[in-house]
Amino acid sequence: MAIGETIRNSQIWKSIFRHPMPLDRRNRIVVMLTNFFLHLHPVSIKKQGIALSFTWCMGGVTFFLFLVETVTGVLLMFYYRPTLEWAYNDILALRDVTSLGILRELHRWGAHAMVITTWLHMYRVFLTGSYKPPREFNWVIGVILLLLTLLLSFTGYLLPWDQLAIWAITVGSNMARATPILGYEGPGQQLLTIGGIDMITDASDARFGLLGARFVGEETLNRFYVLHCIAIPLAVALLLAIHFWRVRKDGGISGPL
Amino acid sequence: MHSNGLFLKDVAGFLGSYYTGIAVMNAVAALILWRKKGQTGWAVVWATVAGAMMILASLALSGAESFVPALPAAARTLVNALSGPVLYTLGTTALFTILFVFRKFFVQPMVAWAILNVALVLMGLSMADENFAAIVMKPDNVPIVGLVFLLAFFTWVATKQAVVNDERIRQGLPPMEKLDDEKVLVWPDLVYTELICMVAVSALLLVWAIALPAPLEEPASSVKTPNPSKAPWYFLGLQEMLVYFDPWYAGVVLPSLVVFGLMAMPYLDFNKKGNGYYSIEERKFSYLVYQFGFFELWITLIILGTFLRGPNWNFYGPFEYWTPYKVEVLNNVDLPQMFWVNLLDRPLPRAPQGAGALTQVGYILLREAPGLAVMAAYLLLLPPLLAVTVFRSFFAKMGFIRYMIMANLMLLMLSLPLKMVLRWTLNLKYIVSIPEFSLNF
Repeated sequence: MAIGETIRNSQIWKSIFRHPMPLDRRNRIVVMLTNFFLHLHPVSIKKQGIALSFTWCMGGVTFFLFLVETVTGVLLMFYYRPTLEWAYNDILALRDVTSLGILRELHRWGAHAMVITTWLHMYRVFLTGSYKPPREFNWVIGVILLLLTLLLSFTGYLLPWDQLAIWAITVGSNMARATPILGYEGPGQQLLTIGGIDMITDASDARFGLLGARFVGEETLNRFYVLHCIAIPLAVALLLAIHFWRVRKDGGISGPL
Repeated sequence: MHSNGLFLKDVAGFLGSYYTGIAVMNAVAALILWRKKGQTGWAVVWATVAGAMMILASLALSGAESFVPALPAAARTLVNALSGPVLYTLGTTALFTILFVFRKFFVQPMVAWAILNVALVLMGLSMADENFAAIVMKPDNVPIVGLVFLLAFFTWVATKQAVVNDERIRQGLPPMEKLDDEKVLVWPDLVYTELICMVAVSALLLVWAIALPAPLEEPASSVKTPNPSKAPWYFLGLQEMLVYFDPWYAGVVLPSLVVFGLMAMPYLDFNKKGNGYYSIEERKFSYLVYQFGFFELWITLIILGTFLRGPNWNFYGPFEYWTPYKVEVLNNVDLPQMFWVNLLDRPLPRAPQGAGALTQVGYILLREAPGLAVMAAYLLLLPPLLAVTVFRSFFAKMGFIRYMIMANLMLLMLSLPLKMVLRWTLNLKYIVSIPEFSLNF
């Protein structure tokens, strides 16, 4: 006990935690205001608003899963090279050779779970009418986040470079070739013909832009890898920040007006 | 494929622990009902169920064909023979309707618990079928099984509260959520909940990751096309729509409309009631539209696309072997064909040889006139017609632009179930079919 006391009174401890232990009412308020990680929260909150039967915790779980995906994803990047030569072999090695052999499992099942918890979070927000004013715009951000979650999952699906991966992406991205006007098999692609030359071909249409090639190949692997590891996570992180900020600004956790 | 002893030996361990799990679940429920709630009658019921589950567990652990609990072969054959896209869709629709109409009955905890038990036992009995297990136990399909049970659970949680609130509002009382407007400090009340949640999710994820290896198939090969080729499971509802529409609509336009429609929702729903608490009666219209879209057009289609669509995207019953040699007769007809050939007994209008571009377009328009008329009536005439009839009060409150957006989104959403019904009843392939411009609808 004396050691604990000494540590808590040391200059180092006090420089990190600007507040005493949150044991009394005053310090429980202070801790929310002075701790960076806790300052996302308000100091006090409607008791009914945090009842489990009301919130289901699904938004929080989704965010936690995003963090899990980030950590396991970074670790996976140490072991994985997005090239035709290595991608599949690195995944094999991850399964058979690497220690902590469940890294890919954690990442994959976490991703599936994140898709599900996003849907459940959205379902709860709908059922409690929490998208209604003043939270309309935060709902819109939420819809974009849902879309980005699906895209994160979709781009990650290709990376193991096995049969499951390339054919799922082939089936999914084949849709883009039927995009109206911009897909070379889509309705109205003839509209973009200049001087008898088709502007929209299988080497210049929406699908080509998505895949970086006429079919799912090495360019696609590279493209999806960059989207999966950098572009989409950055966009998600930014929108998450706005999403959380707007929860506070739009009146806090939802409840009857 | 017929079950051989080897398969049952393989699943015996799983089924044994599965039934034991159900037994433990019921035993805990019985204990709580007996000690905490004083409902001895129900406690005895669930304790008995727990005992029965232990018997099933020991039978399953034997791994012998004559002991492992399974659905009778005749029942499985019957289910396979009966099931098809039509019955599946109508059946799920009927199920959702019954659950919704009689929700006051179904939300009672003992009823819900009984349904959960029945669902779990049916699932266990089905898992003893080799074909069923092969599809459901695919690693990437496991999350969907979880999704189904989670959705059922949370829908129950929400509906239970909505039923109470609706009754209170009918009596002129505020909703339950409003009774307690006490505020608590975030530390410790919320922070600790979050911590416990994080620990629980981490534990669950770890168990899942240890128990179920991530799938890894053969190395990618662009010349070996698997049959069936499926998108990731969360897009299989969209892939299922390809049965009824061309990719430009099912794969591009409809998904974009789903995203747009979801974003537009808060701006279209002018009903100020039901903000911040569970309620159904106060917002029945938006509730039903959302549930129809989510459950009918998204979740059930995902389940259909994942579990019941096999090679060549043919329909397979839940206990049917996915043979690639199954042949389904396709005798679908386009609307122009029906109109010109079948009805008027004339050939399809066709531009004469060497006609100019404009003449050709004219002939195409003539050929497609019946389909275009149907589409125009549906998308252009129906919204104003609805505005002066069914949606009269909506139109008055929403104004022209908001109403038109809502009406068109609704009609485009309904285009999917309508097309399904037309396909099943009239074998209709396309309403408008202009292959010259890749424009089929």
